[in-house]
Amino acid sequence: MVNKWVKRLYTLLIFTFLYAPIVVLIVFSFNDSKSTARWEGFTLDWYRSLFQNRYIMKSLYYTVLVAIISSISATAIGTFAAFGIFYMRTWKQKLVLNVNSIPLLNPDIVTGVSLMTLFVAMNMELGLMTMIIAHITFSVPYVVLSVLPKFKQMPGEMLEAAMDLGATPWYAFKNVILPEIKPGIITGGLIAFTLSIDDFVISFFTTGSGVSNLSIAIYSMARRGIKPEINALSTLMFASVLILLLIINKRTKIEDI
Amino acid sequence: MLKRIASGPYLVWIVLFILIPILMIGFFSMVRTDAETGAYYLTATNFARVFEPVYIAVWTRSIKIALEATAICLLLGYPMAMILAKMNARYRTIAVMLFVVPMWMNFLLRTYAWMTILGKNGILNKILMFFGLPQMTFLYSEGAVLLGMVYNFLPFMVLPIYTVLSKMDQSLIEAAEDLGGNKVNVFRKVIFPLSLPGVVSGTSMVFMPAVSTFVISNLLYGGQYMLIGNLIEQQFLVVNDWFFGSAISIILMILILATMAVMNRLSGNNPEEGGVNLW
Repeated sequence: MVNKWVKRLYTLLIFTFLYAPIVVLIVFSFNDSKSTARWEGFTLDWYRSLFQNRYIMKSLYYTVLVAIISSISATAIGTFAAFGIFYMRTWKQKLVLNVNSIPLLNPDIVTGVSLMTLFVAMNMELGLMTMIIAHITFSVPYVVLSVLPKFKQMPGEMLEAAMDLGATPWYAFKNVILPEIKPGIITGGLIAFTLSIDDFVISFFTTGSGVSNLSIAIYSMARRGIKPEINALSTLMFASVLILLLIINKRTKIEDI
Repeated sequence: MLKRIASGPYLVWIVLFILIPILMIGFFSMVRTDAETGAYYLTATNFARVFEPVYIAVWTRSIKIALEATAICLLLGYPMAMILAKMNARYRTIAVMLFVVPMWMNFLLRTYAWMTILGKNGILNKILMFFGLPQMTFLYSEGAVLLGMVYNFLPFMVLPIYTVLSKMDQSLIEAAEDLGGNKVNVFRKVIFPLSLPGVVSGTSMVFMPAVSTFVISNLLYGGQYMLIGNLIEQQFLVVNDWFFGSAISIILMILILATMAVMNRLSGNNPEEGGVNLW
């Protein structure tokens, strides 16, 4: 009995630790004062100034743009890659999968500086394009790893069977294989999208002046001290994360990804 | 035919954007440019500099604070994972989801949240004042960085351990109990050894980002040369000594990959299945 209460108390303490900072941000995003210490009445001013802040709005635009372009490209490249990798000879498959796991294992900062070195050496101007390339690079491995298992679960020789029955390779891929691996593609695409939305370190090194995503904007604002607009931004982001998770949770139950 | 060309674009991509960049920093770590002609020449000075006492101090500080963060996460996280695994199925889904939600919040915002709490005019100091205690500077200390790491990475420790614990064969535990094992012995000899793969993957998922971070230390500590990540960032973006920066990056990469290899060997984990599956 005592044991049960110890467990409950411990759970409560851990969850307080996890959520207290978020609650503080949310509460003070409605505070009618620049300070984050005293409550001086309810206001929506910070939300207003958040939406009027051109730097943040521009960063939001780039964040979404980069996430959409990079996750779609990464999903396409990764799906075809997984298809090819699945039919490769064992040693080649092992080799490719090992290289594939480099961006997963390597510290972000090393991936970031190495890509930056490459872009500078290639005389590419750091900016939107380089950031998209970098995001595709760190997303594809996740797509490959979420699609490949679906190929392995597929009943054997489906492609051959379809082609024996007269399907062209492309037709067989589209109508036989694609439905089988669809859950893996959706999972991979969603992972790529969220990774891109959330990325800071790699974007920080691979973007140039004028182009920044939300993470970079938050970083540069936070370095100059506490800004109530960031509190408002946190509240909005927290709300969207919650909604997104609820949707995904529902999806998972329906389609059993 | 389609089978062969399907992975073509990705193979090109891999070579161009994964292999070549790493080979490039590998190359840069071993050369410097001649001040007069601007030509590259082979040298070991970059690596030699990494082992100068100033930088050795940065390495040891980074590794020490990352180990501390990992240990605290393990101590806090293991009991939490056990509680979650034994929870009534009805509450469990919600509890696990509550663990995942903060992880989905932007990492910068989570760290920024602590700036507002620990700051000179932050909540913590107001609470101290309320009780008539002297104000303290929490922010810009090593403790703040450690706290930031534990806060950001705790879910990475809890979730893999939870996954292993919840999939554990309950009959093994019952058998141990039937054979007369008391709670301590059952945990020590059955549950803990079986949960090791989760512990290993949690440990590496906390240690890796902790040892290479520069964001947490920059926001919660401020100063320069705090951790190895800050050193790399400075070399590339402030000092512009890419050769020295490359040498540090290469050593960091080797350190991390070697740790991962050892960890995987230890747990018999398949690297392809490593990590938590949140989906």
